[in-house]
This record gives sequence, structure tokens and C-alpha cells, in this order.
Amino acid sequence: MRKQQILNRLSSLEELEAIRESLIRSRDPDKTCIVICGGTGCLALGAEDVIDSFRREIQERGLEAKVDLRITGCPGFCERGPLVVIKPESILYQRVRAEDIPEIISETIKGNIVDRLLYIDPNTGEKIIYEHEVPFYKKQKRLIIGDNSNIDPTMIEDYLAIGGYAALGKALFKMSPEQIIEEAKKSGLRGRGGGGFPVGIKWESCRQAQGDTKYIICNCDEGDPGAFMDRSLMEGNPHSVLEGMIIGAYAIGGHQGYIYIRNEYPLAVRNAQMAIKQAEEYGLLGKNVLGSQFDFNIKISRGGGAFVCGESTALMASLEGKVGEPKAKYVHTVEKGLWEQPTNLNNVETWANVPLIIKNGADWYSRIGTEGSKGTKIFSLVGKINNTGLVEVPMGINLKDIIYDIGGGIPGGKKFKAVQTGGPSGGCIPESLLNLPVDFDELNKAGSMMGSGGMIVMDENTCMVDIAKYFIGFLKGESCGKCVPCREGLKRMGEILTDITEGKGEDGDMELLERLSATLIDCSLCALGTTAPNPVLTTIRYFRDEYEAHIKDKRCPAGVCKELITYLIDEEKCPGCGLCIKACPVEAITFMGKKKPVVLDQEKCIKCGSCYDVCKLDAVIRK
Amino acid sequence: MKVRDNQIQQRVEPILARYQRDQGLLVSVLQDIQAEYNYLPKEALVQVSQGLDIPLSQVYSVATFFKAFSLKPRGRHLINVCVGTACHVRGAVRILEEIERELNIKPRETTKDFKYTLETVNCVGACALGPIVIVDEKYSGQMKSNKVKPLLEGHG
Amino acid sequence: MVTLTIDGREVQAEEGVTVLEAARENNIYIPSLCYHEEVAPYGACRLCLVEIAKNGRQRLVTSCLYQVEEGLIVKTNSERIIDNRRMIMELLLARCPNNKVIQDLAKQLGVEKTSFKLEDNQCILCALCVRVCQEVVGVSAISLVNRGVDRQMATPFYEHSEACIGCGSCAYVCPTDAINFEDVGDTRIITMPNSKLEFKLKKCKTCGKYWAPERQLDYIIKKVNLASDAFDNCPDCRD
Repeated sequence: MRKQQILNRLSSLEELEAIRESLIRSRDPDKTCIVICGGTGCLALGAEDVIDSFRREIQERGLEAKVDLRITGCPGFCERGPLVVIKPESILYQRVRAEDIPEIISETIKGNIVDRLLYIDPNTGEKIIYEHEVPFYKKQKRLIIGDNSNIDPTMIEDYLAIGGYAALGKALFKMSPEQIIEEAKKSGLRGRGGGGFPVGIKWESCRQAQGDTKYIICNCDEGDPGAFMDRSLMEGNPHSVLEGMIIGAYAIGGHQGYIYIRNEYPLAVRNAQMAIKQAEEYGLLGKNVLGSQFDFNIKISRGGGAFVCGESTALMASLEGKVGEPKAKYVHTVEKGLWEQPTNLNNVETWANVPLIIKNGADWYSRIGTEGSKGTKIFSLVGKINNTGLVEVPMGINLKDIIYDIGGGIPGGKKFKAVQTGGPSGGCIPESLLNLPVDFDELNKAGSMMGSGGMIVMDENTCMVDIAKYFIGFLKGESCGKCVPCREGLKRMGEILTDITEGKGEDGDMELLERLSATLIDCSLCALGTTAPNPVLTTIRYFRDEYEAHIKDKRCPAGVCKELITYLIDEEKCPGCGLCIKACPVEAITFMGKKKPVVLDQEKCIKCGSCYDVCKLDAVIRK
Repeated sequence: MKVRDNQIQQRVEPILARYQRDQGLLVSVLQDIQAEYNYLPKEALVQVSQGLDIPLSQVYSVATFFKAFSLKPRGRHLINVCVGTACHVRGAVRILEEIERELNIKPRETTKDFKYTLETVNCVGACALGPIVIVDEKYSGQMKSNKVKPLLEGHG
Repeated sequence: MVTLTIDGREVQAEEGVTVLEAARENNIYIPSLCYHEEVAPYGACRLCLVEIAKNGRQRLVTSCLYQVEEGLIVKTNSERIIDNRRMIMELLLARCPNNKVIQDLAKQLGVEKTSFKLEDNQCILCALCVRVCQEVVGVSAISLVNRGVDRQMATPFYEHSEACIGCGSCAYVCPTDAINFEDVGDTRIITMPNSKLEFKLKKCKTCGKYWAPERQLDYIIKKVNLASDAFDNCPDCRD
């Protein structure tokens, strides 16, 4: 609920700072503020009910003067959502339910803590009160995503109150475009979308390109399945992205910007639209930004459900109303891009880094990270991991630390098997290589890549052949279909991998996969095709024995590939409790009487594994 | 046919105006039309082609290229099963198969009574909560096979 | 003019031409399926890939799209190129095993058989038909629809295309004869992989021969602003 609304657009740096001052003065930093995550992840876990409950409770008890409510974007600890933080102390409550709210309110205004909602450290058994002491957060360096908890993304006033748009003011009035580009170059910032291209150099090329009309694009088509960093930035702090884009546009000399948001992120679209509207109201976008004589407008364009549109030339084709077909990039898009004009495209997280660099300086920024990879990176840590969520760490942190110290290791005491980085274009990193610093070049050396930041953790129950089949299947469905090696090649790789997982693999299959891979890498038109073989090649490289088990022995060691596994009842362990009978979706298990083992009809069994999952006595065997 | 065409024109016109008849925003235009009709009727695409001065063949190519669009009428409720990597690793395939079994349809198909249309989506960005099923924009996280039936039955 | 080396031979080429054009001008063979001088290069078949050396780096580029450069060193049949070309051909052969053009090209490139399961298509999705219809004829009657492995060439909604003028340019330009047309009596029948279009042919006022689709002639009359009776006589009977 916006209480303040501006009457006249700001037309000078002084006016901006004056508004900021007044906003800060009007806020009481000691007033209790209940911060609730309203990002897509927590909403999926029922945060809406929690939010409604808080609103009702505060209203009914007439506590508006004592307690503020702030609905924010994603702070990253998704595994424990819905998340509630009581500020200013930063007391963290996790897995909050609507029913907990009356107690939370009562105890909070008394200055007490609701013990049972605190996070318990699984290693020590200790209850942890403060957000920053939770192991998940401790090793992170949350320069970018940290702000999500401090603002309501639907209120530009919150962003201004934490110093937002100060970098823009500095860029417009205290720096020249060339100086801004120098800072960007000196900072060492590399693209966060996957390409890792030096941002300053890209900006410089675009500035120098011939043409009066230059376009500035923000790529929010986060297509890597398992990656949601951009979603939470666009939902949780759209102004940080806008600010970055305006600074970049000013440096490059572009006056029209586009934010291309994938169709599957409706909340991000809404919040970005609102942010643009509010920025325009304040004179931070549109004609004569902050009175600087610089004009810049941003339009939002939505994707239609196509991973390939994350590729810059395909994205630009889509922005022109055409199908998302990539083009060969012998002439770079910074020279001929959207509508054949010089175009600078950067990823969401890249843009969000820009205000930080301008505000604190390139020297400060370049001291974070490694020689070749500066700054921090937000990763989405998902899959078979205890602490699923978004983590922001300095480049160069050890991969092992991310998985164990921050991620809390593998659930159920299972053994780590591999971590997939870089999405469908990346590769699987096995345990033997876990001790590596996370940076662009190190990940490349290991045969994988940084990509946009997805980290999918896998355990002993993940079949690596199935993973390869999954990625090829995904890419096959997303291929635009233009070029022969990708369209036909992925189809054939899919056929071979499916045969292998169904026990129809033949000698020579792996060699054929490798030959096909070589052609896709050498001949595909765009990076979707050229990187598609990576998951296959890395799984063959590091898990060859699994492939051989499938092909030669017709066996799936991880117990995943349906055609190659059988579920059996261990008659000695089964007490006939019938839990599995209830779980079976096709009534393949029959009750034989109390204390007698149940009988599983193999003909009816569809290998769904529900009985195996539900049996607590290990009486269902999977072979 | 003329009356129907007129009706369609009346509903398509405001959408074209909303996007300033910008050819580049064709995908956004089609999305709003799909929201209006719950699919993309052929006559609407013809109107878009004329209104934006884009060849019909190009409009049709775009409508068939992007997964978000359906050229066939869809059911009253849209079920989206996330099959992103994180959800896959956590067993999304089983959830999808269970839904397919319950409704007797495959992805991109609609039940005979037009109650449900089943789609798969490649990651909605709620990976911590996988496997995820979204019914009409309502997210259900940490799905299990035995939660499928109650979820479907909950939509009267 | 620019001097570059192709397969050890020094050739001269005008600035702005592509490596493929320069090679063809000098009778150096680079195979291609989706290239045609009358339309902009597309880069879909990938057969025209060549190996270049620049600044000590070797890489493969699409010769129909890559512009010539001074001092460029090009190899059109290195081992890497040949291996890749053959794999692409295997993929095409598996897609169109019963197509004579593909069979002949495969033999020519040294591909005896394919390692993959056989399908039965005639169209290789080179999009020459679509591009000619758009860039040369200017009516955009057909397009590539769907995506990925489901990609097809089709008319809108797979129905008779209102925009099509029946000129048959698509059939002329198709490299694999996947599109054909036949004039039978007073009708032209254009057979495409996914549609069949029929057009009424114009009857010559003088000799009575059916000679061109009425739609095509009407289109030309409108476009070039001719008199409505400009084509009442067939070319043989015209003065």
C-alpha cells in the first residue's frame, strides 16, 4: 500500500536526494517490521494465507502504529518457506503457517520469540534466532539479493530509502559516458547470463558502433530449468535492474530499452511493469531523466515459452514479431542487432550489478572474486540438497563449501553423486572434482560451465544416463528446428539414449553418441546446439560404468530406468500392514491377511515406485 | 460468419491498440488474445494479421512456434506440471504419469469434458518446492503421487 | 578486391561477397542445399561449412554467410570438414532415405549408409520455398510452422492459402523436389508436403490454351499496374 505518491517528476539530483532524505526521516528504523517473502516460491508453499493472516491480525488488533508489514521478494532460503523475519532484530521464523500468526504477533509485541518456529541447525541441534547466524546465510555474500528483504518491490519509495537511484544520479551528473564505460571495464564484470563476456567491452563496442538508434535489452528469459535467480531479482528488486539499464543506456547512447521476460514468470512481469510506471512518475524514466536531458524508455515484452529465445539473436527476432530463430553471429549484435541497429543485451543479474559498481567504484568491486571472475554470483542450489534455494557467493568460493556448508549436504544421508552446473549447456561435475573454485574459467576447465547459475545436485539414486536423456529431451523440445545437426541430431541422440534406458542399447551406441556430439559442437548454428552434447559427454566421461551397465548388463544401478528395474516384496520383512496397497495407483498389490506378506502382481506393476517410497520397513526391494 | 467476424474484430481491436499496433509486440498481442478466448481462434489470427500488417503465414508461424499458445480450445482448468531439471530429479515424471493416468490424457491434450488441459512447463522458478504442479495459477509444491487425486478432485 | 586462399589456391574476390560465392566463382566445390543466389543466405543445411584459420585460431564457419577477408585461409575439405559433412549427410539420409537428390548427394560425399532409424520425408526444411515466396514473389503464402522436430513447411492452418498466387516458384526452387506442380486441363495443382493447392488457369482468348493461373496474372496486373486485359492472350498469341 503506497501512502506517498509523488506530484511532480524529479528534475535534478538535489531533488532526488531531498526526497530520499525525507523518506528516510519519515521511517522509524526501530519500529517493528514483519518481513514476509511473497516471491513465487513461498507463494507456492502457502505464503498468501500467511500474508492475509498477518494483515487481518494487525488490523483487528489495531497495531498499525506499532507494527509494519513488508511483503518482499525472495531472500533465498526457499527450502524453509514461508519465511518471516522480524526486523530490526532479524529474528527468522521458518515454515510459518497461517495458524501461527496470532502467536507471532502476540509474542513479538511483547518482545518475545516463538521458539518452535526457529531454525534448528541439523549439525548441532541448536535453535538459531537470527537470520545472519543461520549456516545457510553465513557463508554467503549477499550484495545483490540481500536487498530483497529490505524493500517491497511494489513501492519505489522503499528502494529510494535504501539508497536506490543514487548511482544513477552519480552517473548522470558526475560522470561522462566514457567514464562509466571505463568503470565497467575496470570492474571486470562479466555477463551473468552464461556467456561471461566482459560487460565494459560490450558496452564500448556498442557505443562505438555506427548508428544513431541503439537498443538496450535486458534478457529475463531465464530458460535453464532449475535456475530462478533472475526471477527473484525481477520480482524482488526490479528497480535495481532498471537503474542498471538506465546507467548503461546513458553510457552507450541508447534511448529505447526492452525487458524480455519469459512467459512463465507472471509475477515478475507485474512487478516490472509497476516499477517502470513508478520510475516514470518520479522522472527516473522517460523524457529528461532527472533533468539530465537524457531520454530513456523501457517496454516489457513477454516470451511465449521458448528456451531458444534466451539466445540473443533469437530473442531479438522474437522482439521483431518473428519466430525465435537464431542467426549466425559473424556480425555481432552490438553492431547489427534488433531491427539491424546496434543493440546491447545483458542479463538481469548483470544489470543489477551495475548500480553497485557505479556507487562503490570499480576498485571496490574488483577486490571481490578471482582474477578472471570478479564480484559475486547468485546460484540456484536445487535438487537433492538439504537447503534448496538461492545463494549469493563471491566468485572463487569452493564448490564443496556451497554444497555442504551452505547447502547442508544431501538429504536422507544419501551420497553425493554429481552436480550439474550451467543448465542444459553445462556438464556434470563428479565428487572427484568437487574441490574446485567456482569461477568461469575453472568450471570450463572441468568440462562444464557457469551458465546462468543453476546448480542441480544429484545423489546415488540419480541415474546419469537418465539425466543425459532428460537434457537431450529438453533440448530437442526447445530446438527451433532451423539447422540440420541440432534438429536431426538431437532427435537421434534422444532415440539412442531412450533405447539405452529401455534395455535396447547396443555396442557402439556410446561411440555413435560421441560422433554425433562432435558434429553438433562443430556444426550447429547457435549455442543451443553447440552446447547440447555437454551433459551427454560429461556423463559418459565421468559415469561410463553406468552407461555400460545399461548397455551390456541391461541394468540401471541407480534404480531409476523403469524397464530395467523390478520391484519385489521381501517376504521376510513384510508384515502385511497394507501401506503399499493404499499407495499403489493400479491396485497391483494384494492383501493376504494380517501378518502375511502382501503379493505384488508384476504384470500390473507400472514401476512407479510409490510402494517403495511409502514402505518404512524396507520390505519393498528395488532390483 | 460476418457477424462472428465483427464480434472478433471488436475484441481484437482493443488488444492491438493496447500494444500501439507494434509489430514487434506480436507475441504479447497473441498472449492477450489467448487470455481473452482461452485459445487462439483462427479468425482472431486473421484479424491480427490484417491489423498489424503482418502476413498471415508469419502470424501462424509465431502462433505455432511458441509453447504458450494453443490453437485448439482448452479446458476450463489448466494444469501445468513442471518438468524442469530440479523437479525431474525429485520425481516429476511420476507425478506427470499419475496425472496422465487419472485424466486419461497426454500433455497438450484436453479431457473430453473440457474440464482440464494438461501441459508441461520447463521450470517456473520455484525449484526448492519441486515437484510442482500449477492449476490455474495456483501452485502446489512438494507434490507426491498420492496428492494428485485430491488436487484434481478439489476442482469442482 | 580481397585476396584469400582456398584449399591452397590464392583467389581474388570482391569485398562483401561470401566465401561460398568466392569459391563458386573460382570453380571450387562446396556442397550446399539451402543456398540460392536469388535469396538471402540462411545457413540451415550446414553442408557449406568450411574451416578457416585466422589469428592462429582454426574454426568452422558457414561459408554462405561468412564474408571474405584479406588473408583468410580457407579449407573446404579437411578431415574435420569431411567427417562433419558425412555425419550431416547421414542425418539427412535417415530423414529422407527415399529421396533421389539426397541419395545422390550422399553417394557423392562418400556416405554409403546411415547409422540411424529411417523415416520417410521429402522435405529437408531448407526453407528455400518460403524465402523465395517472401523475398522474390513477395506474397509470403507459406512458412515454416511448429518448432524443432515438428517443424514443417505449410500454408496457414494447412488450408488453401489466400495469399498464394499459384506461380509455382516454390516448386522450381525446391532442391529435393518435395514440391511439384502439374497443369491438368484447366487446373494447376501444386502438391506440397502438407497441402495441395489448386488454381484455375487462364484460357487464351485466341488459341484456347490454358496457360497460367488467373490469380498469378491478376497479381501481376495489380502489382505492375497493367490493363485488366493485359494477359487475355497467351505469350504465343501476343504481338
